Amino acid sequence: MTALTRIASLRRFTPATRARMLGIALFALAIIVVVGPFVWVLANSFKSPIAILTGAWSFTPTLDNYVDVLSSKRSDFVHALMTSLVVATTSTAIVVAIATLAAYSLHRFAWARWAVRALLVWTIAFHVIPIITMVGPWYVAFRDLGLYDTRTALVLTHVVINLPVALWLMMSFFRSVPPEIEEAAMVDGCHSLAAFWYVVLPLVVPGLIATGVLAFIFSWNEFTIALNLTSQANATVPVVVSKFANDYEVQYGPMAAASILATLPALMLMFFGQRFVVQGLTLGAVK
Amino acid sequence: MSLRDPRGDGVFSATFKYWSVAPAVLVLAALTVLPALALLRMSVSTITFSEGHEHWALTPARNFAALFTDPGLAATVVNTLLFVIVAVAIEMVVGLALALLVGGLARGKGLMRTLLIVPILVPPVAIGNMFKLMYNYDFGLFNQILGALGLPAVSWLGSTSLALWSIVLVDVWHWVPFVFLILFAAVEALPIDVMEAAHVDGANRWQMLRRIKLPLLMPAIVVALVFRAILAFKAFDEVYLLTGGGPGTSSELVSLHLYRVFFEQNQLGYGALLSVLTIVVVLSMLAAGRRVVVGAGAA
Repeated sequence: MTALTRIASLRRFTPATRARMLGIALFALAIIVVVGPFVWVLANSFKSPIAILTGAWSFTPTLDNYVDVLSSKRSDFVHALMTSLVVATTSTAIVVAIATLAAYSLHRFAWARWAVRALLVWTIAFHVIPIITMVGPWYVAFRDLGLYDTRTALVLTHVVINLPVALWLMMSFFRSVPPEIEEAAMVDGCHSLAAFWYVVLPLVVPGLIATGVLAFIFSWNEFTIALNLTSQANATVPVVVSKFANDYEVQYGPMAAASILATLPALMLMFFGQRFVVQGLTLGAVK
Repeated sequence: MSLRDPRGDGVFSATFKYWSVAPAVLVLAALTVLPALALLRMSVSTITFSEGHEHWALTPARNFAALFTDPGLAATVVNTLLFVIVAVAIEMVVGLALALLVGGLARGKGLMRTLLIVPILVPPVAIGNMFKLMYNYDFGLFNQILGALGLPAVSWLGSTSLALWSIVLVDVWHWVPFVFLILFAAVEALPIDVMEAAHVDGANRWQMLRRIKLPLLMPAIVVALVFRAILAFKAFDEVYLLTGGGPGTSSELVSLHLYRVFFEQNQLGYGALLSVLTIVVVLSMLAAGRRVVVGAGAA
């Protein structure tokens, strides 16, 4: 039986069976295309240089590449890991705090329409332009201020690149809080600050988590700014990972290991905070 | 709905409306408005550093003249256009097909969505490295597959005719999930009663797709298209890692070219001028896209 007649013979299955077969085929395809590259790179990260260069499919796994990335004197990976953790955590905390406050104010109080519009138009414009266009003036300004190659510069810029999405996300989460709840709180004698803190904020905790998780991932992944506003002392994980690919003598094994290690935090957050990530990405992409 | 007269207890609470937006506005003013103004000033200046001091000189004519002597600019414009059109077209078609197919699944929609979101969350630098390994001429996965099929090995990143398309493939892998995510949400929101009515009236699958689903999905399709087309200009990390714009200028894209001018050639003034032009193009696309989106019936 040739492949063609076999495909044509799909017609003899019931629609329900065909639908299930389509589902299985889709899953298989998605797994091969999405997970395949990770598995292949993961396998290479456990190979010796010779096994990599010969493209061997069976090999004796070794941890050498990970040891090299994590503990060799040449590698800045661990230092970069600390920098990335500090920068991503700090910038996430700041951006969630200021975006939440601003979003609540815009949502709750009677602001002039032009003011809200101006803010939204400005944030969307800033969000869509290639960030490298801003890195030039940032570079000059941070040099003037003595902030070039500091974690402060990274935190500040990561706060501002995540601010637009954080603001839109929090606004849409506040919109989903029924106004009656707040009105009831105020009737019961809460002033506006207390109503915000004790009544509304607990209701948008899922929103805070979604915004926080996304801001953390985007800060963790950010490369363009970190590449140009830092040198070796404050290089983040992406900058160090990129070095593996650009050195004159490319070390393929450590390059694979470093890429896998850099991907872990995002995958872990994805695993634990999946619901929030999906919600955040969908809202952030559509709104 | 706003509460126009919130009961204020104390100054802190009475001025809550104002101080709560202040931090965000300050951050935006300091890190986007001021730098945007600085960028405009830089675009007509030449900036040099000597002994730790910067020197600014007003040289608008020189910066504009540089536009015509920049050897990589023409290639960059052409590459960027090709890249945006082809990559976004493929991403839209594949993303829409996936959204419709996954939307038709009886089970496992959530799992599929989780799986398909992964590429958006992986550090682009790691994606670049992964593909650099897979594209490797000697041992990369792609050439291994070609070899297994009895085909000759291909220089994915080293050939001037192929490098840009190898970058396109990476971008497609990275961003199909984004298109899928937007369109899948829209597919899930399709009104069931309309679908059932069409079904009862005897519409076949093609008619359902062509006459019912696609028109209803059009606003979401336009939103996805506009966003992808604009955000494609941001592509930097993967190009930087995979080809560095090469061989020659065969895969140089706008963000990478700006990086080179700013930080490899140290032409801050001319880089700023190119940046301003890039921003003008991107924002014009956004404005035009907004009109189309409004025309297509989305918010």
